[in-house]
Amino acid sequence: MVTLTINGQDHELDVPDQMPLLWALRDVVQLTGTKFGCGMAQCGACTVHLNGEAVRSCVTPVSQAQGREITTIEAIGDDEVGQRIQQAWLDLGVAQCGYCQGGQIMSATALLNREPDPDDAQILEAMAGNLCRCGTYNRIRQAIHRAAGHEEEQA
Amino acid sequence: MSTHRNGLLLANVSRRHFLKGLAASGALVIAARWDLSLAQDEEEASYGADGMPHGWVDDPNVFIRIDEDGTVTVVNHRAEMGQGIRTSLVMVVADELGADWDRVRVEQAIGHEERYGNQDTDGSRSMRHWFDPMRRAAAAARTMLEQAAAEHWDVPVAECHAGVHMVIHEPSDRELGFGELAAAASQLPVPERDSLRLKPRDEWRYIGRENVKTDRPLAIDGEDIVTGRALYGADVVLDDMLYAVIARPPVYGATLASVDDSAALAVPGVIRVVEVQGTGQPAGFEPLGGVAVVAENTWAAIEGRRALEIEWDTESAGDNASYDSEAYRQLLEESAQSPGRVVREQGDIEAALADAETRLEATYYMPHLAHATMEPPAALARLVDGKAEIWAPVQSPQAARDGVAGRLGLEPEDVTVNVTLLGGGFGRKSKPDFVLEAASLAREFEGRPVRVQWTREDDIQHDYFHAVSVDRLEAGMDGDGKALAWRHRTLSPSIGSLFGPDPKHKVDFELGMGFTATPFDIPAMSLENPEAEAHVRIGWYRAVYNLPHAFAIQSFVAEMAEAAGHDHRDYLLELLGPARQIDPREINEGWNYGEDPERYPVDIGRLRAVVEKATEEAGWGRKLPEGRGLGLAVHHSFVSYTAVVLDVEVDDGGEVIVHNADIAFDCGPQVNPERIRAQMEGACVMGIGNALHSEITVSEGRIEQDNFHQYLIPRISHAPRTVRVHLINDSPEAPMGGVGEPGVPPVTPALCNAIFAATGKRIRRLPIGDQLAS
Repeated sequence: MVTLTINGQDHELDVPDQMPLLWALRDVVQLTGTKFGCGMAQCGACTVHLNGEAVRSCVTPVSQAQGREITTIEAIGDDEVGQRIQQAWLDLGVAQCGYCQGGQIMSATALLNREPDPDDAQILEAMAGNLCRCGTYNRIRQAIHRAAGHEEEQA
Repeated sequence: MSTHRNGLLLANVSRRHFLKGLAASGALVIAARWDLSLAQDEEEASYGADGMPHGWVDDPNVFIRIDEDGTVTVVNHRAEMGQGIRTSLVMVVADELGADWDRVRVEQAIGHEERYGNQDTDGSRSMRHWFDPMRRAAAAARTMLEQAAAEHWDVPVAECHAGVHMVIHEPSDRELGFGELAAAASQLPVPERDSLRLKPRDEWRYIGRENVKTDRPLAIDGEDIVTGRALYGADVVLDDMLYAVIARPPVYGATLASVDDSAALAVPGVIRVVEVQGTGQPAGFEPLGGVAVVAENTWAAIEGRRALEIEWDTESAGDNASYDSEAYRQLLEESAQSPGRVVREQGDIEAALADAETRLEATYYMPHLAHATMEPPAALARLVDGKAEIWAPVQSPQAARDGVAGRLGLEPEDVTVNVTLLGGGFGRKSKPDFVLEAASLAREFEGRPVRVQWTREDDIQHDYFHAVSVDRLEAGMDGDGKALAWRHRTLSPSIGSLFGPDPKHKVDFELGMGFTATPFDIPAMSLENPEAEAHVRIGWYRAVYNLPHAFAIQSFVAEMAEAAGHDHRDYLLELLGPARQIDPREINEGWNYGEDPERYPVDIGRLRAVVEKATEEAGWGRKLPEGRGLGLAVHHSFVSYTAVVLDVEVDDGGEVIVHNADIAFDCGPQVNPERIRAQMEGACVMGIGNALHSEITVSEGRIEQDNFHQYLIPRISHAPRTVRVHLINDSPEAPMGGVGEPGVPPVTPALCNAIFAATGKRIRRLPIGDQLAS
């Protein structure tokens, strides 16, 4: 048995210690907002927060997540910064297919919580691990600037 | 059947093999139920939506429902994969109906073409085929509401007009909400199509507008996406569900020789190991076959598959087992030295080349590509009492329905395909092979839902790959650099190889993607297509054969301009010649994206206009620092026109930085300009990725890449620092063009032309990879 604290609630799960957190969230807890994209920390679709830090849940065994606060996209709106990021995403129409955007929002929120006033280089670095096949990158960058309160940072 | 107009004859013939007991229906049988005479008249023409299987439907009762509380529900029958069609088609209905955005909902249609008309969401045609039918459906519904109000008030209907979500009787200053009228209106006959009044542009509140203010975001799925509530293929959860992953043959056409599943069955959570039958070659939309591990969760299934010991028999794969992409490239380059089947000819090419003062020759190569949708294929299936229910992210829900019926020996009406959101499509999910896998497993576990999940490795190794291609171009010029002769040989395996004996030549719709209709004004031209065989599954990949054709042609024009010592833009405009409209039939282009050649000529004026707009906005000709250059390309595809100028720097390490992109785009009337911009921005990134890094290679028939560390797609740092999209020609007279795909083809050659301008290095072989490092 593993006890996980997900979005403020404790869940007792009967899963192997080595099961990646991604599959525990999706298949066992049935929180499907966290997406499977690659299984090897290459694409960022599965990004969640552990104690506020962005991690790839597809390579994080549940044993490592035990005893830490897990936050998923379903609850990121409870975070003031997360809410601002979500709003910026809507204001700029960032999403196309939307599949990667949960992970993008989790990475962006972690960035702004750590660095409230990031420059372009910091944004590119923080978002480098999140792939988007629709190619929404420009709007992602603009939305992060917007959520950070930067005016007209990008054309 | 008139499906050949849209180039889908092969696919549809294939899937109709499974339509037991159902006569293969003509394209317009269904649309005809509203107005038989008109439909029959149009069947002869069979262009556009008329030419698609099951045609179009504009019955308001099919697409629009109004509840008593005033909620308007619009049924969207096209697949949503990021192009925004769930928003854009609803905008069309809301505007024509007079509905208030905040009280409009969308409901996703099941796969059911007899009811909804064609649902194949591909070919960049959702809006250009459905703008008119959806407007008519909404106008009919509005007319019925006005009629219901007139009857309620007992006044002439001419005095009743729909306002925003209500009908108003001005003489008596009365109004009734849509919700109050809905029940009565639903009892009225649908008005004659010819009697409908379509709103003029100045009455539109949503169509063609940007920055529309609504309480609810205009993007229908926006809030669900940013909160993690949006449902994709793998997000549907049913009670008692099983999870499966499948080990597939590593070579196209190979079969299972033996499997030892003892270790797999010992993995906790694994329930059963089941063989999935493939259909061999040609694969069509059928599964490749293999061994499924079925478990209590996805992780157990993945771990179980890892523990399988499998021997594959590659004998049945024939030549595919020795397919080597590097040797194949050399073979195609050799074949390109000899004449091929002539697709189009004008003037005397040999004489013109012989007379030329300057001759130029170049060969371009584009490798296989994988779609790599961020959502790998996934499908959920359940079979209960001879009825199958499917939940899947499919671009062609009817193809999924027919395929599942064929596989399970059911009638299509016993198969329900629920279409989830697609986490990217790009053509991959027009092939429902993964849905049929789930259906096969549902039969093994009758009564229980089974989800098949493809891993990223499955996705990259077993894709329907973008065709590898070699394009060899030759030109002859006079002493002033004027082009006298143009010979283009194009070689690629054909998608036709999926459905029957390998045609070994590109078929009409493949040549029709930017090759046959090469829009230049050159006295002698020869367009040829030598043989090339297919050794992997080849499939549609966003913009398809336009990609290599545009890459080669638009790169070569820049090379000609350079050789002639002319400015690239000026030279390109000279090659295009004066503004004029060319009937595609006159240049041997009979396919024309399925569109009427009279309504959709090759419009040189529109090509010129996008070139002029993009170069003007980009400041063409301006001085740039050392190591930085502007590159231009233009392309006509999916009956739209796109020109791209990229401002590119190549740093000392050979890294490419795209500073700015100026994209001029003409798709005629613009329904949702904001989403058109988004499509152009995304297409730009995809075109850059196709150029920079992406490559699938094959050795001994096995794909050599298996995840994103080997198959590279663009990351945020590869995107242009700014993208400016310039939309032009939003004219009601212009024929509406496609949006989803036409942005991609010119990006790759524009990038390569910019790299040449920046460094003097000419890229002829993709991907660019480390070719610029020195």
